Amino acid sequence: MQKERQPLAEIKGLKKYYPVRDGIIPHTVGFIHAVNGVDFELYPGETLGLVGESGCGKSTIGRQLAALETPTEGSIVYEGQPFTERSAAGMRQIRTQIQMVFQDPYTSLNPKKRIFDTLSYPMLYHGVSTRQNINKEVDRLLDMVGLPKNSKGRYPHEFSGGQRQRIGIARALSLNPRLIVCDEPVSALDVSIQAQILNLLRDLQRELKLTYLFIGHGLDAVKYISDRIAVMYLGKIVELADARELFENPVHPYTQALCSAAPIPDPEARDRKRVILQGELPSNKDMPSGCHFHSRCPYAVEECKRSEPALIPVRPGSGHLAACPVLAQGRWPKEDANA
Amino acid sequence: MNRDKTIISEDNVYRNTVMRRFLKHKLAVASTIFLAIILLCALLAPVLSPYSPDKVVGGFSDPPSVKHLLGTDQVGRDVLSRMLYAVRISLLVGFASTAVSTVVGVVLGLVSGFFGGILDMVIMRFTDMVMSFPYILLVLVSAAIFRPGLLNIILILGFVDWPGIARLVRGNVLSIREMTFIQGDRVAGMPKRYILFSEILPNTVAPILVYATSVIAISMLDEAALSFLGMGIQPPQSSLGNMLNGAQSISILTSKPWLWVPPGLMIILLVVSINFIGDALRDAFDPSGN
Repeated sequence: MQKERQPLAEIKGLKKYYPVRDGIIPHTVGFIHAVNGVDFELYPGETLGLVGESGCGKSTIGRQLAALETPTEGSIVYEGQPFTERSAAGMRQIRTQIQMVFQDPYTSLNPKKRIFDTLSYPMLYHGVSTRQNINKEVDRLLDMVGLPKNSKGRYPHEFSGGQRQRIGIARALSLNPRLIVCDEPVSALDVSIQAQILNLLRDLQRELKLTYLFIGHGLDAVKYISDRIAVMYLGKIVELADARELFENPVHPYTQALCSAAPIPDPEARDRKRVILQGELPSNKDMPSGCHFHSRCPYAVEECKRSEPALIPVRPGSGHLAACPVLAQGRWPKEDANA
Repeated sequence: MNRDKTIISEDNVYRNTVMRRFLKHKLAVASTIFLAIILLCALLAPVLSPYSPDKVVGGFSDPPSVKHLLGTDQVGRDVLSRMLYAVRISLLVGFASTAVSTVVGVVLGLVSGFFGGILDMVIMRFTDMVMSFPYILLVLVSAAIFRPGLLNIILILGFVDWPGIARLVRGNVLSIREMTFIQGDRVAGMPKRYILFSEILPNTVAPILVYATSVIAISMLDEAALSFLGMGIQPPQSSLGNMLNGAQSISILTSKPWLWVPPGLMIILLVVSINFIGDALRDAFDPSGN
């Protein structure tokens, strides 16, 4: 069904390397491979979850999609037009249509500014609202995110973390965006508040037909809000599937380990079989050859060290994609595990 | 912009907190009162002073009497009157040169921290250079080149005292620049001038203010030192420094204390009280305090 629609944004072969500078006369001695060739599409109205452990490059992808950073290689296409081929006016369109919600609600608002000012200046600058209407517009935004009208005269320190995150969302919504990059928007909040914020994001999505790229490392939150989920490991997507499919039928050994690491609040499930990974996460300064996961994979074969696997459908025509050399050879990792 | 009344009243929350914390410092409150009185006296010097500061109105170096409360100086001028005018000059030099150095320091610090790269390197190396000069020598030489005088002293001190503020502002900009609300501005495509002046600058005002207070004290001390050495405010205009000038001679130092104790004490009290105020301001603005 998703295949028929035109994607809103496409990430094509995205790579981002950060130079490592060292020495008495500083010079580039190597690169941090933050993102290592990532492709995916974002369809209008969907939520794509991006999960992976810290440092796997998920935030870097989000920052590049929000045009905070430029890719080292590859391109980001929005509505059929790559960022790099856009004029100044075209980039202005990106600046209003793609917004971001940040992780830390305590630094995402200027402590010296009233909420009214934080929300109104960007709207006035981009001409989304006029001076006559600005009061009404700010009220409407605050109402949308469930905050009282009198919030607008207050300073950020008068709000709790959850309320601040609501203001952060209001700020992201203020320019009428179509795509919002949510960079771990709930991981700094209490669990009870997390649910409120997730529900708010969901309601807003339905109401305003928003598209989300939802970055997170809490599996539950990502599972709750996402239509599709991409699992990342060391700067690459290792598996991408519909949310339910991914959790019920994880194919890639890393996804399996990730799913089994999430605690299940059920005493009966105490004895479930866990996939526990051996070894440490390799440095992204010098990447393992072949499949990046081979050094920790319980099913790794000699082949894995050599060939870099592509993200391919698990079954022909399936939307469930995985990147595993064993899988590519037609050998199902699960059967190996049972043997 | 139209705002309701409720908004205006809530606006004061932060200011009230700062005020409350400041009032906790008894010494600083006392210093503020003292400074206010001195400031008033200085402003009202023409009214308050019993004699004209430049006129010979008594004998040479008369000790304090009912007629001359603080005695007369070596040429017979009233010490109290001269001191009232001297405080005027000293405070003027302190505040004006601090204003100059703050403007220079803030501009250079903002530019350096925000734009970074080569510009940052050039500005910071230049700052290091200015800082590494022997300070008093630099001031003395400049005073000799540009001729001593009120305006020149203000400008010289102003253009020598900025490196500290420039470094402070740069450091603040570097840390605020990375905060997520600035990234939010960048995602929303807000212009650089907005980010710099509307987002970053208001967040550095508190530390600038605290630092500037200590610069006022330092400038006043420097003016006094310069005038003491004869390179500052030129007689007959009086300043606290050149009133101390007479104390260069041993006989005055030992037998005529009324000539140098009052201006010396005044310098100490002014500098100390300004420093107390600075300390209290720092504590009051510190968000980790309560």
